[in-house]
Amino acid sequence: MSAPLRPAIVERSRPGRLLVPALAILVGMLVLASIACGYAAFDVSAAFADWLAGRNTLPALVLSELRIPRALLGALVGFSLGLTGAVMQGYLRNPLADPGILGISSAAALGAVIVFYSGMAGALSLALPLGGIAGAAGAALAINLLAMRGTGTLGLILAGVGLSSLAGALTALALNFAPNPYAALEIVFWLMGSLTDRSMDHVWLCLPLMLVGWLLMLSTGRALDALSLGEDTAASLGFDLVSVRLRIVTGAALAVGSGVAVSGAIGFVGLVVPHLVRPLVGARPSASLLPSGFAGAALVLVADIAVRLLPTRPELKLGVVTALVGAPFLIGLLFHHRGRG
Amino acid sequence: MRLAVENAVIRLGGRTILNGVTLGVGPGEFVGLVGPNGAGKTTLLRLLAGLIAPATGRVTIDDRPLNDVSRDERARRLSAFFQNAGIGWPMRVREIVGLGRLPHRRTFAAESAADQEAIARAMAMTEVAGLADRIEPTLSSGERMRVLLARALCVEAEMLLADEPITALDPAHQLDVMALLRRVSHDGAGVIAVLHDLTLAARYCDRLVVMAEGRIVADGAPATALQDGLLRSVFGVTAQRGSHVDGGAYILPWARAGREPGETRP
Repeated sequence: MSAPLRPAIVERSRPGRLLVPALAILVGMLVLASIACGYAAFDVSAAFADWLAGRNTLPALVLSELRIPRALLGALVGFSLGLTGAVMQGYLRNPLADPGILGISSAAALGAVIVFYSGMAGALSLALPLGGIAGAAGAALAINLLAMRGTGTLGLILAGVGLSSLAGALTALALNFAPNPYAALEIVFWLMGSLTDRSMDHVWLCLPLMLVGWLLMLSTGRALDALSLGEDTAASLGFDLVSVRLRIVTGAALAVGSGVAVSGAIGFVGLVVPHLVRPLVGARPSASLLPSGFAGAALVLVADIAVRLLPTRPELKLGVVTALVGAPFLIGLLFHHRGRG
Repeated sequence: MRLAVENAVIRLGGRTILNGVTLGVGPGEFVGLVGPNGAGKTTLLRLLAGLIAPATGRVTIDDRPLNDVSRDERARRLSAFFQNAGIGWPMRVREIVGLGRLPHRRTFAAESAADQEAIARAMAMTEVAGLADRIEPTLSSGERMRVLLARALCVEAEMLLADEPITALDPAHQLDVMALLRRVSHDGAGVIAVLHDLTLAARYCDRLVVMAEGRIVADGAPATALQDGLLRSVFGVTAQRGSHVDGGAYILPWARAGREPGETRP
């Protein structure tokens, strides 16, 4: 070997270094904006003062029971979608992968729909999200069992596609057998995704699950980088691919499953966000994880503020808005990749 | 480090891919693994890298079973080069090469000065330093191959396993890479490379291991391993032999064996 070389290339400082703090501040500001924004005009500072002083005035109740949970859930669900999207795209080496690709979102939706259908939703306010979480857990178990043999990602995608179709078919079956048109309509509206009228109970239910899911997924960052050179190379670099898959499937189920359980299906955020982040941080998979999480949170908060500011009545569903914005982006992406391919 | 495999058998989907393979490679050796397509060369390489387990037999590092060596230790001591999976994302060349330092870095730790020096050394050796800021899709296939080789070299492992490292390269870079692998081995590391070019394999390797139908059929210095009879029975070719004015001997596959001479004449 030649004489010790001075490192010829020093890691260049890119805008990426400041991106995470900048996005975190943005999310913080959007949470405040979301709290300040709503139909009833009311004095936010007075409401805060009442709330902090423990006075159960109407503004304090609106703030603590409606505005704060809605804003927090927007940030949590958005972060989960953005992070999971980036992890899935990195893991499957596929820029068109989204958080729902393993069938977890569909299964969570099915779990909630079954609760709807059985009428348990009326008995307990958290029955719906609990049903969704049960659905996501079932999906994660099924995926891990189906993909147990071998470490290939293709088998995982096939299992996910199969599970997705099955959950979709069963959801349609439930709609078909809905006892009356109103029940069917209620299910359809719920599936569209929304953050309206959620309580702090919903926040406390999904926050711990999401935190664990985020940590599991973030722990795979280096393995995702190594996997960009293929499974053989990643394994030769010392990564246990079975453990990586287990962490990713479980983490996605916890984060996205509990997100769908409290908010319904909010599409396209997880697909789109990593593509918005990559020009700033580069294509290395681990570099886009945290920025995608924060950018996802920002995007969902902006969309949720938009549905309240838009003059349409009834209020547009959040999932409808993200799909309306996201679908054209997806089409553009497809053309871009076809041009490259 | 001595990497060895004893009596390994591997079956896949009812077919026997490796059928009782025994091989040991020590430091400073440059071993060429040659044989016709489907002989089991890449499977043997994956077995040596610990990526697949044998049905019977065992793989050892310094007489310790490979299974008893932790993943981290194995990843630091044994580097593997595979080019068939390509590069999944349009990363910068510098980032791709840096992946070879992952076994040396703790989770979430940044690259140390030693990591950066190893990356610079590997990029200099494979002549990709000038490409450092290029993005993967803009590379030619030869450049991509050298970048992946730099990635494998920057592990700075005691043993380098390389699957067809010169396949997509032009003649000049084929010579460069063969000379480079030889230098790496003479600096003390063991090198095992799957090769298809018998001429270059015979010229640069210290030792050739010839495989056919899942078995090792010859193992020795190039001149003894590649006998005329073996070239005929295993590769189905006859070869020209000669020597360059500088004294180096060469061997050149010339015609299909057992056919009329006219059939494969250009």
